[in-house]
Amino acid sequence: MDGIVGYGGYIPRNRIKVEEIAKVWGADAPSYKKGLMLEEKSVPSPDQDTITMSVEATKSALKRAGIDPQDIEAVYVGSESHPYAVKPSGTVLAEAIGATPEVHTADFEFACKAGTEGMYVALCLVRAGEIKYGLAVGADTSQGAPGDALEYSAAAGAAAFIFGKDNVVAEAKETYSYMTDTPDFWRREYQFYPQHGGRFTGDPAYFKHIVGAGRGILEKAGMKPSDFNYVIFHQPNGKFPLKVGEMLGFEKKQIEPGWLVSKLGNTYSGSSPLGLTATLDISKPGDKILIVSYGSGAGSDAFIFEVKDRIEEVRDLAPKTREMLDENKNYLEYGEYAKFRQKIRKAE
Amino acid sequence: MTTPSRYWREIPQRYRLEANRCKSCKTVFFPPRLICPQCKKRDLEETRLVEKGEVISYTIIRVPPQQFVDQAPYAVGIVKLDDGVNLMGQIVDCDFEDLKIGMRVRIEFRKIFNEGKSGILCYGYKFVPE
Amino acid sequence: MREVAVIGVGMTKWGELWDKSLRNIFVETALLALDDAGVVEVNSMYVGSMSSGLFVGQEHIASLLADYLGQSNIPSTRVETACASGGLALRLGYMEIAAGISELVLVGGIEKMTDVSGYEATYALGTAADQEYEGYHGITFPGLYGLIARAHMEKYGTTREQLAMVAVKNHHNGSKNPLAQFPYEITVDSVLNSVMIADPLRILDCSPITDGAAAVVLCPAEMARKMDKPVVKIIGSGHATDTIALSSRKDITWLEAVYKAAKQAYAEADKGPQDIDIIEVHDCFTIAEICVLEALGIVEKGKGGDAVEQGLTSLEGKIPVNTSGGLKAKGHPVGATGAAQVVEIVKQLRGEAGERQIKKARIGLAQNMGGSGGSSVVHLFERE
Repeated sequence: MDGIVGYGGYIPRNRIKVEEIAKVWGADAPSYKKGLMLEEKSVPSPDQDTITMSVEATKSALKRAGIDPQDIEAVYVGSESHPYAVKPSGTVLAEAIGATPEVHTADFEFACKAGTEGMYVALCLVRAGEIKYGLAVGADTSQGAPGDALEYSAAAGAAAFIFGKDNVVAEAKETYSYMTDTPDFWRREYQFYPQHGGRFTGDPAYFKHIVGAGRGILEKAGMKPSDFNYVIFHQPNGKFPLKVGEMLGFEKKQIEPGWLVSKLGNTYSGSSPLGLTATLDISKPGDKILIVSYGSGAGSDAFIFEVKDRIEEVRDLAPKTREMLDENKNYLEYGEYAKFRQKIRKAE
Repeated sequence: MTTPSRYWREIPQRYRLEANRCKSCKTVFFPPRLICPQCKKRDLEETRLVEKGEVISYTIIRVPPQQFVDQAPYAVGIVKLDDGVNLMGQIVDCDFEDLKIGMRVRIEFRKIFNEGKSGILCYGYKFVPE
Repeated sequence: MREVAVIGVGMTKWGELWDKSLRNIFVETALLALDDAGVVEVNSMYVGSMSSGLFVGQEHIASLLADYLGQSNIPSTRVETACASGGLALRLGYMEIAAGISELVLVGGIEKMTDVSGYEATYALGTAADQEYEGYHGITFPGLYGLIARAHMEKYGTTREQLAMVAVKNHHNGSKNPLAQFPYEITVDSVLNSVMIADPLRILDCSPITDGAAAVVLCPAEMARKMDKPVVKIIGSGHATDTIALSSRKDITWLEAVYKAAKQAYAEADKGPQDIDIIEVHDCFTIAEICVLEALGIVEKGKGGDAVEQGLTSLEGKIPVNTSGGLKAKGHPVGATGAAQVVEIVKQLRGEAGERQIKKARIGLAQNMGGSGGSSVVHLFERE
């Protein structure tokens, strides 16, 4: 039985409200809040990045997995904000958790689905009997260009999953990937901020691929929406995941537990993965969970998990996602936020 | 100013808090030592630090060294870990008014500084309120 | 072991000496000491300098300074033990004469700190701490002493005002010292309102960046007795270290190195804290003076703040401390400080301290310290 043996999330404690950003750029806060169904987003401190958040999320996953980190034979970090352009985030992560030196490491990038890519590969290596345990992390501290629509949602967070064959918390029942060359959102080398195609990012991009992957996996598994207790979609804003859920035939109550975006923002590679950790935190043995990620460029990875008894034993062994989301928040003003996110031009 | 090799050599300590302990008098040392300053014996065994403790003193750096210019002001404290070892590190995610001698903290993995615009990224341990 | 005396002292005005180089500052100062001693040559010299390499890119100053002092070919040694370099240079010169190896030894210290930026100077000073386990985390020297101050305030009830009084006293004394970098008075209010550097220490709690040197000439006491000036002997010398990192200490409010060095010096001199008439201590930060008073046994543990508040250590007090203005007002060219303390004590014991003279001063103590207390050197002097 292959699946998730341990899971953990990490959300920085800083937040900035939509009103605060809108005030600076003279935008209409209420219409952004309503249109995007967003209230506030997380902001990393200057000493936090994809690597540090990955380490903390993984430590929580290890607490729940109860395994020796030396038995982790693959470490994958998916992000679009890896701290180094050349030197995988996974090298520092693997060293920090004590998985080195007998470990395969690679970094993934595919906009917001880089996390689920790592999950797919780690799971398949376990399935193939190649490795005992594989770690996959989705983490980001992405930037939104000042004054651009994406600035309201670009947030920071990480989710880590350890895959293995024994003592699973959630069994991996099915996987499916759907991908085409669709230039809806990209970043050229040496550019600080990404670019996007405006409304082109909707139907031909987000919706097409999530629906494609969603329908694909349901058909492959021979299942229908009502078979599931929970579903998690990539969350670039509050509206899109609710709309695509409706398009695929899911109900709001199935989406809600993993729908974090209105208070968290879009954590890019951490988005659907954190939705999954939040859902696992409240799930019960026997629950069926569908997760469909989306990464611009474009593609979606889908997984079906079935929760096992062991969830009851491990759930409380590490911080829960909703606790990190709702508690101990530190609100920033735009100036401090801009300083933290290095948007201020300093002397060379 | 850190060369990559100087940084890399301390990774087991900075990332995993690897310490050692005198087999004779049981004192724990961080970083690990070759000779016990207490009993002068040279038989030491590997161990790891406990990752939580209480603050025994703190200060707030307002005039920082060059590498920390963008981080100032920040708090630095000495924490007595639950295994008896004192450790110096920044205390973060805490309003300055809430800093107190005796407060409980735990360790989190954070970035300590960047070696300028093009140098290596230096990571390590910091303290956050428990 | 022979008795050793100080027969010449030299010091020039300290401050930001833009038009003077490291070698010139030292040589000018050393020549004054030689003149005061009435000699043109010495057998050996020891120069304290914490970091001529980082400040002016110059190592090997032993050779450089012997050369430019016109004493080429003599054995010359550069001594480094952070801010205690000057005091340690004195101890080594003292030992060389006491052991009968030399007759005339010049000892001194020099630091030229203003040829680098503020950041570079702070970095150089920071190398006195544990680079990998203290400096790596962004601590500075004011920060290390800020940690000591907060712990001392928590443990003993020492107040912010008491710390300020140390600076006020030292400036009052320094205002009477024409060679001091900042020869003017300040008030407790001005200290309490000055900019915060590392809580709870403010800029007026901190000694400055200074260029300067100090030098003294040592000889056997026998030789000194034949000269036409009061004989000032070194009657005790002590030297000790403590852990380099503050976090390695059992009690961060206690300066064990100072205590041990003082114990050694007192024992050699067969004297105790009650015998001392005047002290020069290492007030790199106001809290340091308070902790040093306790470690020297001048007051009980924890009572250093009260002592300053009650005027015990003022010019008119029972045991004047830092009549020179201390590091705070006189300046702190790191490697030179220990030697300048000796210059002040000797001047006081000879009766040459002008406006700040302590009458009846017969036994003096100089305490020099490196880093956050990782090294300390203590010397006792007596006028015959």
